[in-house]
Formats: sequence, structure tokens, C-alpha cells
Amino acid sequence: MKIAVLSDIHGNLEALRACLAHAAREGAEQHVFLGDLVGYGADPVACLGLLADHAGRGALLVRGNHDAAALGGLCENMNDDAREAAYWTRSRLSTAERDFLAALPLTVRRDGLFFAHAGADAPEKWNYITSKVQAGRCMDASPAAVTFAGHVHHQSLYFSAGSVRVFQPVPGVPIPLSPRQRWLAIAGAVGQPRDGNNAAAYAMYDEEERMLTYFRVPYDHMTAARKIVAAGLPARLAWRLQRGK
Amino acid sequence: MEALEHLRSGAEIAGYRVLEKLREGGMAVLYRVASPSGAETCLLKIPKLGFGSHPACYAGFDVEQMILGRIAGPDVPQLIAKGESEFGPYLVIEHIAGTPLSDYASRAPLPAEEVARLGAALAAAIHALHRQEVVHHDLKPSHVILRHDGRAALIDFGLAFHGHLPDLVEEESDRPPGTPAYLSPEQLAGVRGDPRSDVFALGVILYLLATGRLPFGEPASLSGQRRRLYVDPVPPRRIRPDLPPWLQEIILHCLEVRAEDRYATAAQVAHDLTHPDQVTVTERGNRLSQPGMMTAGRRWLAALVEPPAVRKSPAAHLALAPHVLVAVDPACGSEPLLQALRDVVARIIAGEAHWRVSCVSVLEPSALTEQEEGAEIMRSLHTQRLVELHHWAQTLGLPQERLRFHVLEGGDAAARLIEYARASHVDHIIMGARGSSGLRRFLGSVSSRLVAEAPCTVTVVRAVPVRDWPP
Repeated sequence: MKIAVLSDIHGNLEALRACLAHAAREGAEQHVFLGDLVGYGADPVACLGLLADHAGRGALLVRGNHDAAALGGLCENMNDDAREAAYWTRSRLSTAERDFLAALPLTVRRDGLFFAHAGADAPEKWNYITSKVQAGRCMDASPAAVTFAGHVHHQSLYFSAGSVRVFQPVPGVPIPLSPRQRWLAIAGAVGQPRDGNNAAAYAMYDEEERMLTYFRVPYDHMTAARKIVAAGLPARLAWRLQRGK
Repeated sequence: MEALEHLRSGAEIAGYRVLEKLREGGMAVLYRVASPSGAETCLLKIPKLGFGSHPACYAGFDVEQMILGRIAGPDVPQLIAKGESEFGPYLVIEHIAGTPLSDYASRAPLPAEEVARLGAALAAAIHALHRQEVVHHDLKPSHVILRHDGRAALIDFGLAFHGHLPDLVEEESDRPPGTPAYLSPEQLAGVRGDPRSDVFALGVILYLLATGRLPFGEPASLSGQRRRLYVDPVPPRRIRPDLPPWLQEIILHCLEVRAEDRYATAAQVAHDLTHPDQVTVTERGNRLSQPGMMTAGRRWLAALVEPPAVRKSPAAHLALAPHVLVAVDPACGSEPLLQALRDVVARIIAGEAHWRVSCVSVLEPSALTEQEEGAEIMRSLHTQRLVELHHWAQTLGLPQERLRFHVLEGGDAAARLIEYARASHVDHIIMGARGSSGLRRFLGSVSSRLVAEAPCTVTVVRAVPVRDWPP
């Protein structure tokens, strides 16, 4: 089965639609949404509507820190823009959407695969995986040989058969995942890429072939940015989408 | 686990019937097997996994499986099947019929012509591999098979590197993976993924074939292996004085310590080995003694600095070293067209560090040359054309050692050019458009055939007639 793994959507409807359409063309049969469904973007409600439809058809979802922030709390760990966006998002959500977010699990396990928004070693702590040490902890804690995570808005692939190493994937090139290694795939961000490339990012895993492919999908980032400005969200969030930074 | 290493003849894995055990290496066992239809013989490779087996076995097996799945062509074995049997993982690989290069190496020293022929076939196979983003990293005579048609095929990809896939080869701090006698200086420093490392190993193989000796011996210790970073090998001509200087030039050019001083591509080595008369012989080709202590001391100091990691993928490396073929008809009578060709050549190689330009002209036989004294006339026309080619290129002001000149003969100019482009791994053909003469209407245009049939990019250059501008 081909599984599309989409992380860090951040209420960016244009990016989400573009990635879903791309995944459909690539033959995705299952979807996993790796958290941070809302926050930053101007379309939290529309995105959640689309995601709830997918959930109804069997898609798997986990909760991210921005989803938790949209439900309540002081958001003291967040920077000003993120906190402002979290408060703004809260004001838009109805009870139904809040219940949907509140019901999301922190991690999901499925046939030899493990999904979490942040480091699997302590999913509730939202640890960023930015080094081989952190990746090693996450892989050690994961109950599966292949783990998917988001949170960090860069695509990368960690692997280990002893020492942990990291690989920078090339978009569109399928990577065979050997059963004799442990793997941690960071899917990249659908709704707010930060590596200097403004195209949306997601990954696709072919279970039978054990093939992982990272994708970059150009989308109408101008519209997404315009909506952010029109909604009165911090202008820097709009600028980020255009620059991919 | 035990069972897999001792499969009896007649045993079956996924429908492949074991015929015989070929060899058992440190990392894998190789069997000759019959395909399910029984029509062909293939190889079955099984890693030696289990208690006490080296962790590199797993990685080597996975690397080979991963990379064979991505490469194609006559230069590499085809991956026929892979999977997990009840005993463990296995690979079924094409059995390449031919003679291992190690058989030739055991007869070395070989005549210079044979070294050049074998070396050119090997270099062509290496280039084809590099074009597919793969560096072999363990080239040695036993990993090369000469097919019966003369082409070379590379085998054993357990240490190979693919520019677009994760590198699973295990890092070991004390010794770099590979065969010590063939390791390049940068491999000794732990750098992986530079296609010029394979060019170095090619140099070691050529040296061995030409002299019967290994240029750096087979040192066991890392410090012994690191001597090649500052001490040059004994010049081949000192061991074999009858060896032509051009061959020593090519061998030592492959064995340069710094990767950037070596041939930029294996294709350039293949091209030189097939056209020795075009090789510019420098001090390197003529020397009979090694550089002195001063050079060694300077290199020893330089070797203290770790070489930088490779940032480009293998194919991106090749893109810096394009082989440009410019098809010139010096007798076309149009100086504006000849100048336009020069301008386009200059523009295309600008910014590329390691280009090579072959200036090629096709001499078509005429009624005159088909007469009795034809051969004599053809020879003189050939020389005349060669002189004209040199004259055409002179104004370009390019370094001589990067230029090659060839006059091809034959009635079908397009076919000759395509043949040359294919054999010489040309990346870009530049040629002039013939005017709309009655002759062209009658014969058809060479450029349109090249555009349609050439194995690479083709640029057709047209001189804009002044009187038609503005239209």
C-alpha cells in the first residue's frame, strides 16, 4: 500500500490541496497526517474539514504542538508570531473542530511503522529532531523499524545499524529502506517550508516495495500569503511562505 | 543460516535451482543457478549473516541490492530477482560470460596496445557507471569481466556509492573500506562519492597491466597505505623502458595525488587510450625517476589537511567536464559560419572547468579518390584537412592539451559523426548548418540527422547573413 505522509500543514489550504492532488496522482492509497494541522495559516477550519473527511475514510492523524496550542494554554514556549497565530486560531474553531483536535492521539502505530509529530522518545515534550543524537533517541524509543516524524520543517532521512547517520533526500528519487537498518523519516512541512524552497513538502512510502520517496510540490503560495495578511495574522508569516524560510 | 552457506546442488530458492557453489568470500556466498525456465544461468548471492559475521556484510549486501536496482546497461550485471527466502535475503544477478581482468593481470606485463585496449574498455564501463550517479569504490582486476565482444563489465557493488541514495557502507575509524592496493588518497581520508577515486583505481589497474607490479604495493598498515599521498610510484618506463611515453603519461595522470589533478572523467581516459597519437606528452610521460624529497616533504605537509567532503553527486561532477565535439568543414567557404562556430564553442565551455573539445571533420570520398592513385590522394587530403582544422581552432586560443583533432573518412558524414560521438562519450555536438544549396536538398542535411540520432545534445549553428538583417 502506498502511504502519503503529510506533516505540518499549519492551516495552509492551498498547500494541503496541492499535496493531496499530487499524492493522488502518485497513487496514494492511505494518508497519515503527522500533526500541526493548524497554526500560522489562515484556513484552519477549511483544512480541518478536509482532514476530517480523510479521517472518515480511514486516514490516520496525530496531534502536534500547534494543535494542542489551539485548544488552550498560555503557549509560553512559543515565539510571538506562533502564539499570536495560536490565539487567532482558537478564536476561529467551533466545538466540533476542538473535539476533533482533542481526540487526536500523540502517536500511531501501524504494521511495522510508527508515526509521531516530534521525537518519539517523549512525544508530549515536542522535542525537535535536529541532530543524529536526537534522531538516535527517537529511533531507540520507536517500537517500529520505520518511524515518521515532522515538527522540524526540513526533509531528512536518518538511519542506523549501529551508528546513526543522516541523508539529505533528493525529491522524487525513491529510496529503498533496507529491513536491516532502522529508519527515521522527517517528512518536511506541507504548510510552511523553511529550507529556502517555497514548494510544499511531503513523503510517500510504498509498503510492499519498502520504497520511500520525498516530494516537493509547488503551490499557489501567493494566495496563501495574501489570506494571512487579510486575516490580520503577523505579516512575517506571509513573508515566510513566499521565501520558504 | 548454516544451510544457506552449504546449499547442495539441486536445492531451490524462489524457483532458482542451485548448480554449483562458485566461491565463498568473507561477506557472501556465490552460487551458479539455473533460472526457473532452465533457459539461462544466473548467479545467486547470499550474504553470510549470522553469529560472528561482520556487520559490513549486511551493509554490503544491501548496498549491492540497492544500487543494482538502479543501474542498467551492458557495463553492469542486471539484477534479476531479490527477496527474502526462508533462510534469509538473496539476490539473483546476471551471470556475465567472459574473462575476468585478473586473468589478464596475471599475465602482465602486457603489450602497450593490449593495455590500451583493455583500459579503454574498462574506462568506458566506469564512465557509464558514473553517468548513472554511481561510484564503484572497489575497482580491481577481479571485479572486472571482459565480455567476449571486447566490452568490459563491472561487478561487486558492495562498497559502491549512489549520489541520490543513503550511503549504507559502514564507516570504520581505523581503516577505510576497500582493497588497500587500489584505494585513492581521498578514500584513505574517508571521503566517499568522488568519481575520480575510480579514475585513480583505473590508474592502478593500468599500471599493473603495463608493468606487472602494483604502483603502491599492498601495504597492510594505514600509514603504509598513506605513503601514496606524498611518494609517487616508480615511473612505469623505468620498469619497462619499451613502454611508450603516452601510456606512462595516461597512467600517471590517473594516479595524481590530488583528485583535481587527475583526469576529470573516465571518458577522457578512454578517449586518450583509443587515440594515443593525440596525447600531449609532458614531463610526466617522459620521467624515469620519482620527484625528490622536497616534493615528498611538501606533499607530506599538504596531506595533514583533510580533503574536503564531496558536495556534488557523481553525475554533477561529470557535468563540469563536458566532452564537446565540434564538427567543422573548413572548406565550407563561409568565414562567418566558421566564426559563429568558434563563438558558440567558446560560450559552451565558458565556466566549465574540465572540458575537452574534439574538432572533427569528415572527408567524403569523391570520384577522384576512387581512382587508382586514390589512397595517395586521400592521404594528402587527410593531412590538408587536419592542417585546416588546426588553423580553424588556432584563433580560439584554447590550451592545446585540451583539444583533439580528428579527420574521419566515409561517405555518410552523419553516421561517422554519430559513431564517433558514441564511442568517445561526447556530451555535446556543435555543428554548422549548411546553406540551402541544391546539394543539401539533394543529399539531405547532416545536421537534421544528427539532431534526430545523436546520443547527446546537438547545437546547430547558423551565421546570420548581414544583408537579411533586419528582415
